[in-house]
Amino acid sequence: MVDAASVEVTRMDVLKKVPVREQEPEIRAKNFDEVCLGYNEEEAKAEAARCLNCKNAQCMKGCPVSINIPEFINKVKEGEFAEAYKIIGKSSALPAVCGRVCPQESQCEGKCIRGFKGEPVSIGKLERFVADWARENKVEPEAPAAPNGKKVAVIGSGPSGLTCAGDLAKLGYDVTIFEALHEAGGVLVYGIPEFRLPKQTVVKAEIENVKKLGVKIETNVVVGKSVTIDELMNEEGFDAVFIGSGAGLPKFMGIPGENANGVFSANEYLTRSNLMKAFSDEYDTPIVAGHKVAVVGGGNVAMDAARTALRLGAEVHIVYRRSEEELPARVEEVHHAKQEGIIFDLLTNPVEILVDEKGSVRGMRCIRMELGEPDASGRRRPVEIPGSEFELELDTVIMSLGTSPNPLISSTTDGLDTNKHRCIIADENGLTTKEGVYAGGDAVTGAATVILAMGAGKAAAKGIDEYLSTK
Amino acid sequence: MYTITKARQLADKIFLMDVKAPRVAKNCYPGQFIIAKIDEYGERIPLTICDYNREEGIITIVFQVVGASTEKMSYMKEGDAFRDFTGPLGMPSELVNEDISELKNKKILFVAGGVGVAPVYPQVKWLKENGVDADVIVGAKTKDLIILEDEMKAVSGNLYITTDDGSYCRKGMVTDVIKALVNEEHKTYDVCIAIGPMIMMKFVALLTKELGIKTIVSLNPIMVDGTGMCGACRVSVGGEVKFACVDGPEFDGHLVNFDEAMKRQQMYKTEEGRAMLKLKEGATHHGGCGQCGGN
Repeated sequence: MVDAASVEVTRMDVLKKVPVREQEPEIRAKNFDEVCLGYNEEEAKAEAARCLNCKNAQCMKGCPVSINIPEFINKVKEGEFAEAYKIIGKSSALPAVCGRVCPQESQCEGKCIRGFKGEPVSIGKLERFVADWARENKVEPEAPAAPNGKKVAVIGSGPSGLTCAGDLAKLGYDVTIFEALHEAGGVLVYGIPEFRLPKQTVVKAEIENVKKLGVKIETNVVVGKSVTIDELMNEEGFDAVFIGSGAGLPKFMGIPGENANGVFSANEYLTRSNLMKAFSDEYDTPIVAGHKVAVVGGGNVAMDAARTALRLGAEVHIVYRRSEEELPARVEEVHHAKQEGIIFDLLTNPVEILVDEKGSVRGMRCIRMELGEPDASGRRRPVEIPGSEFELELDTVIMSLGTSPNPLISSTTDGLDTNKHRCIIADENGLTTKEGVYAGGDAVTGAATVILAMGAGKAAAKGIDEYLSTK
Repeated sequence: MYTITKARQLADKIFLMDVKAPRVAKNCYPGQFIIAKIDEYGERIPLTICDYNREEGIITIVFQVVGASTEKMSYMKEGDAFRDFTGPLGMPSELVNEDISELKNKKILFVAGGVGVAPVYPQVKWLKENGVDADVIVGAKTKDLIILEDEMKAVSGNLYITTDDGSYCRKGMVTDVIKALVNEEHKTYDVCIAIGPMIMMKFVALLTKELGIKTIVSLNPIMVDGTGMCGACRVSVGGEVKFACVDGPEFDGHLVNFDEAMKRQQMYKTEEGRAMLKLKEGATHHGGCGQCGGN
């Protein structure tokens, strides 16, 4: 670990970000503690001083929830951290989460003027610092408006649901979140690992802040099964409903051997480790640690699964059919994964999972790929190289190929239409085809990011408020 | 918290509990299941619903001790509570959605093996309440492992009990009873619903295929969330991959790949064994396994 005092923030290069302290790769590869240690006050102030305080702030245009970035950074520069927190809090209910998991490089930081010549301001790390400082110094979120007597049900306690609920509670609505699992947080608790997003200190604390606004959370309610949307509206008195039920069912490749013991979806592997805490001996849920693991896919979820398997003691390969340039994961995640010793088998695609006589994985037959002409996504299409098949010896395969929408809610709600991808149809205000019912996040867009889901939750809160104010 | 309002032992390692869970009781149907979690540290345990009382908001579950978590559950008493209890999950039994008058013309056979009596019971009861009598075969290893006999007797048309060792009623497997009913008593059935150990369901399905009786089985594969999110419970049915938690748990018994399903059930056997050791002896590792590398 780099000693905080040794970071020379005073004589730094103004074109470069103040470096953020991290656990050393060889140490963190063996534990589940957070990789990034974040800025301290001095580092944060020094980084904030790099902000040009642009009048026409481009960074804000890159933020799906439109945080007033120059204003909060200016407060950090002045050491007014509580003030900075209030400014962020006006736009985001989950700053400690977003500061950690947002793809800033393609959002706020991607638009930062500093970035044209040198590195952009480290907006994400500053946001994280402010949120962590506020939590450690027990700064309370602002008080909600007086109750307006109207009830809103929010389905799902992930990023979109928490944001929608928080915004509505601030406006005086009586909000109840219904969560299917036994823990609130959605993907923040079942999907993103502890070493990227600490559950107890960060996620729980931000959810507590949403509850302090008066939001109630009822866990273990599977909407569509335990109760329907129509029952919520007609029998339980909810005036409007927001659906933020998330992404859904994991995809598999459909290759031979995929149902062998030792083949998991990334969702299963991560749920066991993150939600059920199978990595800890204190918890009862088992997880297969694996000796040699292949993770198929190249997104953030694939990186999370790979780095989890590594921490459980395995040699881990990322198997991805395109090249490094096309990896959908954030650059920072790929960088961290490589530092920790994840092996990248790029331009490689599985064709069969090899199974032993007991029904367990013994390997994977793969084929080498090359990039051909661009496909519909604009990326060059991977094409098989004939005769290039080879075998990887493995005991565990984790499929990280994305998800398809869960029909639990759409199939049990009359008048709620879905598109050809079976995602719920909603307009830019989140309004679905059913009156009073709004939706946002992955349930509408298919798998995307935490911050886009929050943006959708925010838009829907505004839509619901306008609808119920005029009703 | 979800309070246990009644707890009793039915047989060796088999327990029954009534649990206060009003939301589940309000909307559940025969064939569906719940997931229970004892405490912060517990697993999510899927269990098929055995009975329900909508007015009192009560769900009845029956479980057999098969691993550390069900063992822990067996220590729970009346007045204790589950930290989590969620449902109803999965699809209701097909019968529930059928036209009652058509059902009345159907000859229905239930086959319940061991603790499988519990998920069969609410289906037979539901039929009885709707004026349909069904034949029920109950099989167990031995007399002491027959559960819910009186309850089942009260709702079934004809009840045939058989034990592997002949210690009670007939002697033999449930498949022997099916053969006897069809071949000797010349009974005909339109549909058979078989629930019990995977191996029993496999052999019932093989037999009924021969006899030309449509057969439904209820699978209980390994699950985590139970809402379709993790895919741990995938089963091959007619060459297609299905998720038991959302597409099932009931499937066409003639299409299920039982051999694959049985192998998948073994996935955590070692881990489960270690969890049992930990529960009983406070340690998971006794050395010499040559597998775990000393962990």
